[in-house]
Amino acid sequence: MSCCAPGAEMALDLGSAASVLPSSQEIRLASRSLGDDLRQTDLSVPMVHCAACIRTIETALAKLDNVEGARVNLSTKRVAVRWRGDKVPPFVASLGRLGYEAHLFAAEIDKNDKTLAELIRAVAVAGFAAGNIMLLSVSVWSGAEGATRDLFHWVSALIAIPALAFAGGIFFRSAWNALRHGRMNMDVPIAVGVSLAYAMSLYETINHGDHAYFDASVSLLFFLLIGRTLDHVMRERARTAVKGLSQLAARGAMVLRGDGARHYLPVGEIEPGMRLLIAAGERIPVDGKIIQGASDLDCSLASGESTPKNVAPGEVVQAGVLNLTGPLTIEAMAAVKDSFLAEMVRLMEAAEGGRAHYRRIADRVSALYAPMVHLTAFVTFLGWIVATGDWHRATTIAIAVLIITCPCALGLAVPIVQVVAARRLFENGIMVKDGSAMERLASVDIAVFDKTGTLTLGQPRLVNAGSIDPGMLAVAGGMAAHSRHPFSKAIAGFAIPGGQLKFDAVTEHPGFGIEATDAGSTWRLGRRGWAGWKTRTGGEGKHGYGGTVLTRNGMIAACFVFEDALRADARAAIDQLSDAGVPVEMLSGDTAAACAEVAKSLGVDDFVPCLLPSGKLERIETLAKVGHKVLMVGDGLNDTPALSAAHVSIAPATAADVGRNAADFVFLRESLLAVPLALDISRKAGNLIRQNIAIAIVYNAVAVPIAISGHVTPLIAAIAMSASSLLVIGNALRLEGFVRHTPAETVADDRHSNNGGWAQL
Amino acid sequence: MTTLAYLIPGTLLLGALGLSGFLWALKSGQYEDLDGAAERILLDHNDKPEG
Repeated sequence: MSCCAPGAEMALDLGSAASVLPSSQEIRLASRSLGDDLRQTDLSVPMVHCAACIRTIETALAKLDNVEGARVNLSTKRVAVRWRGDKVPPFVASLGRLGYEAHLFAAEIDKNDKTLAELIRAVAVAGFAAGNIMLLSVSVWSGAEGATRDLFHWVSALIAIPALAFAGGIFFRSAWNALRHGRMNMDVPIAVGVSLAYAMSLYETINHGDHAYFDASVSLLFFLLIGRTLDHVMRERARTAVKGLSQLAARGAMVLRGDGARHYLPVGEIEPGMRLLIAAGERIPVDGKIIQGASDLDCSLASGESTPKNVAPGEVVQAGVLNLTGPLTIEAMAAVKDSFLAEMVRLMEAAEGGRAHYRRIADRVSALYAPMVHLTAFVTFLGWIVATGDWHRATTIAIAVLIITCPCALGLAVPIVQVVAARRLFENGIMVKDGSAMERLASVDIAVFDKTGTLTLGQPRLVNAGSIDPGMLAVAGGMAAHSRHPFSKAIAGFAIPGGQLKFDAVTEHPGFGIEATDAGSTWRLGRRGWAGWKTRTGGEGKHGYGGTVLTRNGMIAACFVFEDALRADARAAIDQLSDAGVPVEMLSGDTAAACAEVAKSLGVDDFVPCLLPSGKLERIETLAKVGHKVLMVGDGLNDTPALSAAHVSIAPATAADVGRNAADFVFLRESLLAVPLALDISRKAGNLIRQNIAIAIVYNAVAVPIAISGHVTPLIAAIAMSASSLLVIGNALRLEGFVRHTPAETVADDRHSNNGGWAQL
Repeated sequence: MTTLAYLIPGTLLLGALGLSGFLWALKSGQYEDLDGAAERILLDHNDKPEG
């Protein structure tokens, strides 16, 4: 890694630093067969940035035995490796040696990609048709007459057929779906308007009439499809970025059979009573009881506790917990479907009801708009019949009303603003799942934060580095580099680069600490009771974090005090939220003391400690019952039900998989200022959407009387439609200029480089 | 009028040719990795797209 500046992906190191390489069995499990013994594995490689990266990776992988070829996709930051044979080539390891972190990526054939392809094809066809028909229409408008005009109309009619069938199909299907379920959406007036316009124009053409609206019906489809495609691309981009993050849930586990044989089984096939080997750095796949081994567990994602937990045989562990230091043998107590993780998913699905009630602004508007438009057209028709008794004239004018009111601007008014807003958020490292999330975020009136991993980083930070003898700190740093325990990592940050310290032997004692020998003296770094075996201090020390010490031959040489590091700009983010009229509350599964400390330093007045996942859920539901629109910000498995119960939810990129999927927004950078920024942009987008809808309505107020009075010609319809669309798009683009400067950005970037450094230790 | 009889089909044919070219490019995966394509121009021996 020489060429590339650290990007937003660096923030992900926070989460992935503790993970181990996926085992070859896991890779085999995640690969898919291409037939004929050929298999393909998709890896997500977030650090690919340039041509040099592509070449390095592709040549290195192609050199491995049994590898047919590798292809880097720079846009999605993925590598597809095709290989054959029984043995899995060591591609993750060789990528690791090159300095690229690779994560397994489940290759799914998802329907979303197909939707995008269909949309783009539809845009292409509609664009082709609209261009050609417009060309012919211009000739008609400029005075083509008689047989020439008829010829042009016939050719237009022919071009319009495939466009309507193919590009219009998207709207017709959606409109039909809505009508079948007794609902109204924007696609209903579109479908009705477009098909009636075509039918009438065809009738006119057959009867040598001079007004045909082929250009209007096709260019309407073209404009609307552009809006829809942009919207889809934006969401797709956010979705792949979120999915590309490292996989946190275990995919499979090494099962130890009675006869000593080892098998790697997919998580779904693990049954209660099986014995599982969990290496250091792996996540525990199912709830189980420890039979053998001692280690430290990182429960921060599962329970919200920030201090790593020490475990010994006989204790019960939850699925989703990360094993930090030593190998463990556990006996599965539940199948995956009954495990903690599955329980969270169940709670989450049960809670999802609340959000489903939300109806998007566009749908609410169209529920009023569509009936009104159709009623107006119908009344116009009746009026002209009564006034003139001319059926043909009445029909023509009624259809002209439908065409002029066809919600071209209205159909663009909402998605275009949301696309621009999503882009602004994306530039700031925030992913939005869909447009409705922004509408919901704009309306929140209370924010609820989880503590561990959200307000704090869930990573300990050494607080008394200044008062420790630098020599001792260097020794401790050198030793700590050998362990993946969070405390060790915090200390290792202070190691002297270059590392002139050479120990003869370094061993890690899971659950206790690290021991190193060096020129006759024995150094120990770890729990007070174990490391300082000659000093009688008794107990585990008075500090909240147990009391970690460095000892030389049993005598204490240095004490280390840790605290959970606050997320960058947490305080500023909370102040900004309060200024924006959103009070903040903190919910945590951690102890009252730990919560009080964080709450005090952040200026949060309301907090509830020691909550179970269902407790968080209840709290959110209580708030919602009183009429609050709750924003939930959380990262843990235990927050997942609360995330989906809330009106809208935000999760950091380091959150558990399920949490990320449940959340509406995911922010990739470390700074918590992402939350107020997202709120700000969403509110501004909400204003622009309202303005756009107002513009569209004003346009109708002006154009409809002209149409009703029978003065609309195809030329006027084309100009009015394009002008209103351009106006709406122009208004949406104003969002780009709104919030150009965000002081958080530079700060956040500095932090990243720090973290990148830490994570690579 | 006679000029139109061959000019219009000609225009449409050329337009359709462009359209089918675009659809083919889309289908053969040339829009899958736009960033990568921009960078790959700097690499030697790598000018064949893979299906």
